[in-house]
Amino acid sequence: MYAYDELDRTIINERVSEFRDQVKRRLSGELTEDEFKMLRLQNGVYLQLHAYMFRVAIPYGTLSSKQLRALAHVARRYDRGYGHFTTRQNIQFNWIKLAELPDALADLAEVGIHAMQTSGNNTRNVTSDQWAGVAPGEVEDPRIWSELLRQYTTLHPEFSFLPRKFKFAITASDHDRAAIKVHDIGLRLYKNEAGETGFEVLVGGGLGRTPFIGKTIKPFVHGHDLLSYVEAILRVYNQYGRRDNIYKARIKILVHELGIEKFAQEVEEEWLQMRDSALTIDDAVIEDIRSRFTYPAYEKLPHMPDELKKAAHDPHFEAWRKNSVALHKVPGYAIVTLSLKPVGGPPGDATADQMDAIADLADKYSFGEIRVGHEQNLALPHVARRDLPALWKALDKIGVATPNVNLVSDIIACPGLDYCSLANARSIPIAQELTRRFANHDTANMIGRLHINISGCINACGHHHVGHIGILGVEKNGEEFYQITIGGRADEKAEVGTLIGPAVPYGEVADVVEDIVEAYLALRARPDELFIDTVKRLGVEPFRERVYATR
Amino acid sequence: MPLVKSGKITTDIFAHVADDAAIPGDGAILISAARFLEDAEALSRRVGRTGVIWPNNRDVDDLVPYLERLAVVALLFPTFRDGRAYSQARLLRERHGYRGELRATGQVLRDQFVFMLRAGFDAFEVKKESDAEAFAATVKRYSVFYQPTGDGRVTALHRRMQLRHSESAGQ
Amino acid sequence: MTSPLEQKKIRIAGPSMVTANRTWDGVVIYRTSRQSWSADLADAAIVRTSDEARALLTESVADDVGAIGAYIAPVEVRDGGAIKPGNLREHIRSEGVTIDLPVPA
Repeated sequence: MYAYDELDRTIINERVSEFRDQVKRRLSGELTEDEFKMLRLQNGVYLQLHAYMFRVAIPYGTLSSKQLRALAHVARRYDRGYGHFTTRQNIQFNWIKLAELPDALADLAEVGIHAMQTSGNNTRNVTSDQWAGVAPGEVEDPRIWSELLRQYTTLHPEFSFLPRKFKFAITASDHDRAAIKVHDIGLRLYKNEAGETGFEVLVGGGLGRTPFIGKTIKPFVHGHDLLSYVEAILRVYNQYGRRDNIYKARIKILVHELGIEKFAQEVEEEWLQMRDSALTIDDAVIEDIRSRFTYPAYEKLPHMPDELKKAAHDPHFEAWRKNSVALHKVPGYAIVTLSLKPVGGPPGDATADQMDAIADLADKYSFGEIRVGHEQNLALPHVARRDLPALWKALDKIGVATPNVNLVSDIIACPGLDYCSLANARSIPIAQELTRRFANHDTANMIGRLHINISGCINACGHHHVGHIGILGVEKNGEEFYQITIGGRADEKAEVGTLIGPAVPYGEVADVVEDIVEAYLALRARPDELFIDTVKRLGVEPFRERVYATR
Repeated sequence: MPLVKSGKITTDIFAHVADDAAIPGDGAILISAARFLEDAEALSRRVGRTGVIWPNNRDVDDLVPYLERLAVVALLFPTFRDGRAYSQARLLRERHGYRGELRATGQVLRDQFVFMLRAGFDAFEVKKESDAEAFAATVKRYSVFYQPTGDGRVTALHRRMQLRHSESAGQ
Repeated sequence: MTSPLEQKKIRIAGPSMVTANRTWDGVVIYRTSRQSWSADLADAAIVRTSDEARALLTESVADDVGAIGAYIAPVEVRDGGAIKPGNLREHIRSEGVTIDLPVPA
C-alpha cells in the first residue's frame, strides 16, 4: 500500500477546491458548457443517459479498507447505493449530481482518493497487474513505477490537453495480466543481462474503432530514463497527433501513419536532447517511493494448514478454492479473487453493503488491502491459507464467492445502453442471460478458461476486440444487433478477434454463444485444450459453419 | 481583451500590424510568423521592439536563430483544448533559453493559468475581464507540483528528499 | 440506436421532441412549448417538421445554464394524444435502466 504524505494530500485538496470553484462558476453561468465540459471530464465527470456518471481513480488498482469504505459512503450518500468497477481498475457511480460532486470529492480526499484525469484528453489511470507485489515470479513490484508515473503525469502542464486520451499499463510478470499490448504506452518491466531494471516500451496499442496491438519502440529503457523517455513520446504525440478528427487522434494512428521506425526516430531525437535532465530518476528517488509502499509482516506459515485439510471435505469450498485462490509468492499465503459476476447479476457491480463487508474482511484477512482487476473482479492479495475456509464462508454470505473466475460466466461488460450515451445497444442484459445459461459450475469447469467481452458500441470499453469471444453492440434499423468475434486475447500473446458472421439480433446472442461453446467442445483436441487454442489451431471457419448453419 | 503581465492587468504596448500594413520605423509591434520570416534578419534588427505571433502547428525551430533579438513571442491556443502551445513554450524556454516575453493568445481562460505559467508563459491575452481580474488569486491554487518544468519550482519528489536530508542531518 | 450525439443535419422522420439533461443534477428533461423544461415526458413540445425541430433545438440550446446536451429525439404519439418514447434509448432515459438495480432505487 502506498502511503500518501502531506504533499500528495495537498495536491488532492487543492484540486478539490479548484473544482468546487469551477462547478460554482458553471452553475452561475460564468462558465459555458463548452468551457466547462473538458474541466469536468478532467475530474471524471461524464454526462450519461439519465444522469452524470462519476469515475473515481483507483491508482493501479490498489485500495485500502479505509478507502473502500469511503467509496461505499459515496455510493450511499451521493448515489444509489452501488458502484461499478471498470476495465481500467477504476470505479464508476452512475447517478451523481454535479452540484454535490465537490462534496463527494472532498469526502474522498480525506482518505487520499481522487478523480483526477479519469477522463479528458490527458493521461489516465496507470493500470497494472492486480497481483502486483504478490505474484510468484514477478521481477519486482510494478506499482512502484506506476506510482512514479502517476505522480509524473498528474496535472502535467504540458500534457493536459493532448489530441486525445492516453493510457498506460505496466506488467512485471511473464503472464501479462495488465493487457499492456492494447495500451497507448505499454511497459514490460524486466532486468537486462547486466541485472539492471528497465522496460520494454510498446506504443500505439488500443481498441475502439481501429484496434491495434502495440509495437515495441525501444527494447530496453533503463529505469532511470523512464520519465524522460515517456516525456519524449508524449511531446511528439502532443505536437503531431491529429486534432482534426477525433476518430484519428489517438497515438496509435500517428504510429500507424508514420510507421514505427520513423516514430521511434522522432522520439529518439527528442529524447537525446532531454535525457540527462531533471527527469532522470535517481536511485534515491526510487528508494523513497519504494519506502512508502508498505508490505505486510508475513508470518512463517505452512502451505497445508489443518484448517485447510479439514475444509477439503466440503465440495463447495473446494470448488471455490480450486477456482478463486491463486498461489502467492510467500509460502502459506494466497491471492483470493472475489467474483463480482454472480449468476443473473450485472458484471462488476458491488453494493455499498458489499463494499463495507469486503473492507472488514480485508482488515481481518488481508492486512487491510484490496485490489481491483481490469476483468472487473476484486482480489484480496495477502490471505493466509489457514484463513481460507473462514474467509470463504464470509465471502459466500455476501455473494462474492461465485467460483467462476476466468470461466465462461466471468464476463467483462461495459455499462452499455442502459447507462451510456455513446452506446448503440445494451450489454448488461446480454451478460446476465449468459450467466444464467452457463450457471452450472460443472459445465463451466468442463468448458475451461473462456473470456467473454461485451461492448455496447465501437468505443470498446468492454474490450470486446480482445475477448476469446467478443460481442459488439451495433444498431440496425432501430434494433439492437450484435457482431460476434472469436480468437481475441489481451495477454502477452495479444490478438484482435475475428468476426464469425453477420450480426445477430438481441434475442439470439445467448443462443449463438451456446452454439460457439458447443462447437468448441466438439472440436477440441483434448479436454484441456483451451477454447482460445482450439480457435488458433482451427481458425474461424469451423465455428462459422456450425453457428450460421441454421441462421 | 485585457493583457495580464506580472500578475496584473497592464496596457499592451505592442501594436498588432496586419500582414498588408506598413511596418512602422520604430515602436513595439507584433507581426505574423509568415511576415517575419520573409525578412527575418532585417526585421529582427529593426529599431523598436519586435514580437512574432507563431502558429501552433509549426515547429519553433525556424524562429530559434532570432530569439535573442525578439521582445515577444506570442503562441496560440485556438481553443483552450488544443495544447500544442504548451510544448512550444517549454521548448522555447527550456531548450532554447528564450528570455523575452512569452505571451499566450487565443482562448486563454482562467482554469489554464497555472499550466501556462508552469510551461513558461509570462504574459496572457485573457479572454474574459473577470478571469484577468482573478489572475493573482488563481495562480495560488496549487502549492505542490509533481513534475519539473522550467519554472524553477521544486517538485514534490525533491521536496521529500530535502526533508529527508534535513531530518537526518538534524540527528 | 446510433448515438444522437452524432447528429449533424436536422432531419426528422416523424413526430419528435427536444430532450436534454438538467445541468445541476443530470436529470432527464424535455423542452416544453412554453420556453421551459420539464422532467415529465408528457409536457414535451411535439414538432412535426424539420424547421420546427430546428427552431425548438435552437431555443433549447440557448439555455446553457439550465440544460446540457440538448438533441432532437423521436416520440410516438398514441391515439388519445399520449406521448411515448420513440426508441429504446429514449425509453431507457424516461423509464430508467432495463435491469434491476443492485439495491432498490
